[in-house]
Amino acid sequence: MPDISYLNELVIQVRRDILRQVHKVNSGHPGGSLGCTEFFVTLFQEIMDRKDGFNMNGIGEDIFFLSNGHVSPVFYSVLARSGYFPVDELNTFRLINSRLQGHPTTHEGLPGVRIASGSLGQGISVSVGAAETKKLNNDPHLIYTLCGDGELQEGQNWEAIMYAAANKVDNLIVTVDYNGQQIDGATDNVLPLGNLKAKFEAFGWDVLEIADGNDISQVLNGMAAAKEKTGKGKPVCVLMKTVMGNGVDFMMHTHAWHGKAPNDEQLEIALAQNPETLGDY
Amino acid sequence: MKKYTDSGKKDTRSGFGAGLTELGKRNKDVVALCADLTGSLKMDEFKANHPERFFQVGIAEANMMGIAAGMTIGGKIPFTGTFANFSTGRVYDQIRQSIAYSHKNVKICASHAGLTLGEDGATHQILEDIGLMKMLPGMTVINTCDYNQTKAATIAIADHHGPVYLRFGRPKVANFTPEDQTFEIGKAVQLQEGNDVTIVATGHLVWEALLAAESLNEQGISADVINIHTIKPLDKEAILRSVAKTGCIVTAEEHNYYGGLGESVARVLSENDPTPQEFVATQDTFGESGTPAQLMDKYGLNAEAIEKAAKKVMTRK
Repeated sequence: MPDISYLNELVIQVRRDILRQVHKVNSGHPGGSLGCTEFFVTLFQEIMDRKDGFNMNGIGEDIFFLSNGHVSPVFYSVLARSGYFPVDELNTFRLINSRLQGHPTTHEGLPGVRIASGSLGQGISVSVGAAETKKLNNDPHLIYTLCGDGELQEGQNWEAIMYAAANKVDNLIVTVDYNGQQIDGATDNVLPLGNLKAKFEAFGWDVLEIADGNDISQVLNGMAAAKEKTGKGKPVCVLMKTVMGNGVDFMMHTHAWHGKAPNDEQLEIALAQNPETLGDY
Repeated sequence: MKKYTDSGKKDTRSGFGAGLTELGKRNKDVVALCADLTGSLKMDEFKANHPERFFQVGIAEANMMGIAAGMTIGGKIPFTGTFANFSTGRVYDQIRQSIAYSHKNVKICASHAGLTLGEDGATHQILEDIGLMKMLPGMTVINTCDYNQTKAATIAIADHHGPVYLRFGRPKVANFTPEDQTFEIGKAVQLQEGNDVTIVATGHLVWEALLAAESLNEQGISADVINIHTIKPLDKEAILRSVAKTGCIVTAEEHNYYGGLGESVARVLSENDPTPQEFVATQDTFGESGTPAQLMDKYGLNAEAIEKAAKKVMTRK
């Protein structure tokens, strides 16, 4: 049984990591990072079958790809707190000579990262490729992908979505961080995504929904259900509703904190709402 | 003067197909992806021999590049196949982020490069691809000259870890390099020894350079002819050694003079040994419909143009 109280503590600690990373360099993307903190924590702690250490090829273990690379603060925090690199290295986020680049990359050899992302819309294609290689290698492990909802406006996604269904890439679970926000405002105002569930289903995917992606139990159950759907001839999509900026009251339900860091005073308020649990870096 | 003989005209894309077939037998990690041009890329035999290792992605080149990048994770060596235009400009950001910056072991194999694609016209005749690809950090850029060399290069790049752009073409051209050659990435091939002028050529222009050298020889001019199949990394030593003898150089390529082999050579020379240079290349223009021979004549990419450039550059010494 997963230890929900520990997962909750880790979520709060990861929120602190996100806020402190972006505050220090006065740049980065806290909104989306906070919105999918529960997802990252649950995925890395409970859902994925991971080996100790890091090997680029990921043979014999589940593999995760982040398509919306701008949520790097949450990715880095969870990687560090899952043992991929020292937690203290979060201090170097976005600094010169750091392995923690603004957007994740393999270029500096940061353990846990298998592809560069940031230029949007490329992660599903890469995931499909890795899933095909798993099949060729007779490796029964799964590929997990997170992508943003706004980035589904990029056409390459739909090429990959079409390919994956046509080729029965059923060892792949793509989760959409469905927060309804993008840089210029609500997705409904920028370019409405329409009925995503119907679209994925029309392309031939199995679609599940998580009504509240900021509720750990719902994420746990939803991702476990998604895992059950794999191996049945269809790729699996999880539409996960989240609230951008979750856990910090003044950052929630707005796109204003998509790519903006809190100032000193705002940081203090935000951290007070998330008291230290497992120890700051 | 060495004598080179055409063993019978063949297309370089068939050399790619033959190399891929050979690789399929030799290396179980080699996989091939194609964006609806299997016949044009001569990938049919690989597909027939190894259907489980052949991936038809449809008319979706961006997705093909992403899938290829992902397939390397787990140890596969993907070879993508489509026209040069759709292998580069169309998918530049996918190659840049998912392949080059991520340092993935993908081999981007591009047919129908340049004017010799012919009748389809400028929409399909890319003359900018060498420039696009050589600007990507860590990308190896190869442009082969005939069937045998293309086959050898295809086999060789599987053993090189890192992204490679392999450029070849559509028409049947002279096949004159040895069938049993060893292809060394980054190592120029000296074809003729001469003292009056250096001719450095790549791709379909290599045979034309040999014809030009023969004609020049009849006129008492000895040309040093170098086949530069690898544009990046460029064999600096071979170029500098040659111009130290000749004092002038002609570069020849089926590409725009912006961004091509000529510019790479000019940079090496200006840094090390400033030398008069003439460029046989397209002059910042798009192509058009026509037969390959008509187009190469119209745009000045043939033996006659190389010969003229050689005579001109010699007066600038």
